[in-house]
Amino acid sequence: MRAASTASLVAAAWLAAGAVGAAEGGDASVFARCAGCHEVGPAAKDRIGPHLNGLFGRRAGAHAGFAYSESMQRAGNDGLIWTAATLDAYIENPRALVSKTRMSFRGLASAQDRADLLAYLRRFSDDPSDLPEAEPTARGVDHDIDPSILALRGDPEYGEYLSAECVTCHRVDGGDTGIPSITRWPTEDFVVAMQAYKRALRPHPVMQMLAGRLSDEEIAALAAYFHEIK
Amino acid sequence: MKLNRRTFIGASAAAAASLHAPTVLAEGHGKPRVVVIGGGAGGATAARYLAKDSQGQLDVTLVEPSRTYVSCFFSNLYLGGFKDIEDISHTYGTLAAKYGINVVHDWAVDVDRESKVVTLAGGARLPYDKLILSPGIDFVEDAVDGWSIASQNAMPHAYKGGSQTELLKAQVMAMPEGGTFAMVAPPNPYRCPPGPYERVSMVAHVLKTTNPTAKIIVADPKEKFSKQALFEEGWGKHYSGMIDWIGADFGGGVVSVDPSAMTLTIDGEETKVDVCNVIPAMKAGRIAELAGVTDGNWAPVNAADMSTKADDDVYVLGDASRQGDMPKSGFSANAQAKVCANAVRGALTGSKVFPAKFSNTCWSLIAKDDGVKVGATYEATEEKIAKVDGFISATGEDRALRKTTYEESEGWYAGMTTDMFG
Repeated sequence: MRAASTASLVAAAWLAAGAVGAAEGGDASVFARCAGCHEVGPAAKDRIGPHLNGLFGRRAGAHAGFAYSESMQRAGNDGLIWTAATLDAYIENPRALVSKTRMSFRGLASAQDRADLLAYLRRFSDDPSDLPEAEPTARGVDHDIDPSILALRGDPEYGEYLSAECVTCHRVDGGDTGIPSITRWPTEDFVVAMQAYKRALRPHPVMQMLAGRLSDEEIAALAAYFHEIK
Repeated sequence: MKLNRRTFIGASAAAAASLHAPTVLAEGHGKPRVVVIGGGAGGATAARYLAKDSQGQLDVTLVEPSRTYVSCFFSNLYLGGFKDIEDISHTYGTLAAKYGINVVHDWAVDVDRESKVVTLAGGARLPYDKLILSPGIDFVEDAVDGWSIASQNAMPHAYKGGSQTELLKAQVMAMPEGGTFAMVAPPNPYRCPPGPYERVSMVAHVLKTTNPTAKIIVADPKEKFSKQALFEEGWGKHYSGMIDWIGADFGGGVVSVDPSAMTLTIDGEETKVDVCNVIPAMKAGRIAELAGVTDGNWAPVNAADMSTKADDDVYVLGDASRQGDMPKSGFSANAQAKVCANAVRGALTGSKVFPAKFSNTCWSLIAKDDGVKVGATYEATEEKIAKVDGFISATGEDRALRKTTYEESEGWYAGMTTDMFG
């Protein structure tokens, strides 16, 4: 059932939303906020960040010659592909999707700004005609976390019980060899990351499976517990 | 009326659970006593969580004959040369020193469920309020014609971690040039479903370098096996022509061995072999049978808390249990132990009991940096532990993903053994 709902979520994002774009391919002015690190266009080169030509459809961390963070490489190996939906989630809150990305950017909160930016970047991918475009106001908001979910205050005791399922792999001492550390995170980042797995935006089969059956209250409880862990 | 600890208790209703009175204890002693038999993935985890979470309210005794635990999980990686025996060896010192668990290195030889006392081989008697059995597996007698435990040196099973593992590796390393490694694979259900096939992969990995003309024969009573497509793809890619898997359709289940002559006969055809790894049919560890909680080869349990169908105060974890859909794996036993510990602590101290949640993931290594995995989530129903959702690695995955998957398994091993031993 989860697979079906994931598929419909994606379909909703692509059809109803049509996802990306102002007419004529977006607003270059939004890109100014990225241009300190990224170039795009015919003469673009890798700088602090990789160039962004041909971004749509590319696997995360896969642009040859650029030294990505381990976190970004892992996301790519886990199957993160840059699509309208995943880029939108990444730009909204980079660390929610790729925990230790080196991209030092807090995120664009405005759905309009993100849609404009993606519409602009879309022009520099191979087949923009294959990529969805629509009025940014029609943009789907499937992955936006409801503020009421972020406001939930978790029960750390329940979180401790639930955490037993996490600590079979993730170490309570914060060790991160082969498996990322999940201790001492800000609770909001924890919730956003888990919700991204739950909605199958953030890739990883085990995490999508486990988060997929956690309720919002359970995710809040885990966030509360792991935030406080000594 | 029985306390309703098996009933689903949601987070908001959890506080209500603490209103239930704890189980009435036998007269004449202070703290409630839990005896755990078996210090593996199920038992060590259960003992640690009981001691850790009860914060001194429970008297926890762990009975385990071995002073050093050599994990069966990852033992194939030792065979393949990716791990040393020290990497997969663990001791119980932290459980005793940091968690206050009474660790007793002895064999449990009897359980008197009437008077609730466990007797050890050394003669000691351990009374309990709750008893948790996590004895792992033993082998069904006469399961493979010609093989018995007396011939395990000539033909090792290596399906319990330790000296058998080291023996099998020594035999593989001593194989003559162009020799034959044979495996007799077990029928379902058995510990670690992908284990025999990961082992074949690891033996092939070693032989490819040390003895490239050697052959591997697998006689299998099953028609198909765990992660088959992934293993067969990997065998073709890394060890082409080396491995001959003979399934049930081709007589793989009609097998006899002669340990003194070192021969293996498959469907009437005798072959001289240099190493013969016999993995017989399995059953629950002996103490479960002695306690009278088994039905056939395994101990049926209630999914909500792992208590046995036979006795509310006796629980069985891991390989020895018959619980439903979970595979017999260390990961499963660890997950079951945590559900059980939460329920046992609730029954004895009145602490909150949360609903059972189970999951499992099994990683296998096919060749260097070529890891695959399979996993699922489970829930407790009235009838059994029932599968909810699952995934498996795909064939044709690229090298980077397979390497990440292997590294992830190493991370899991570190997390898992920390979760067991502290």
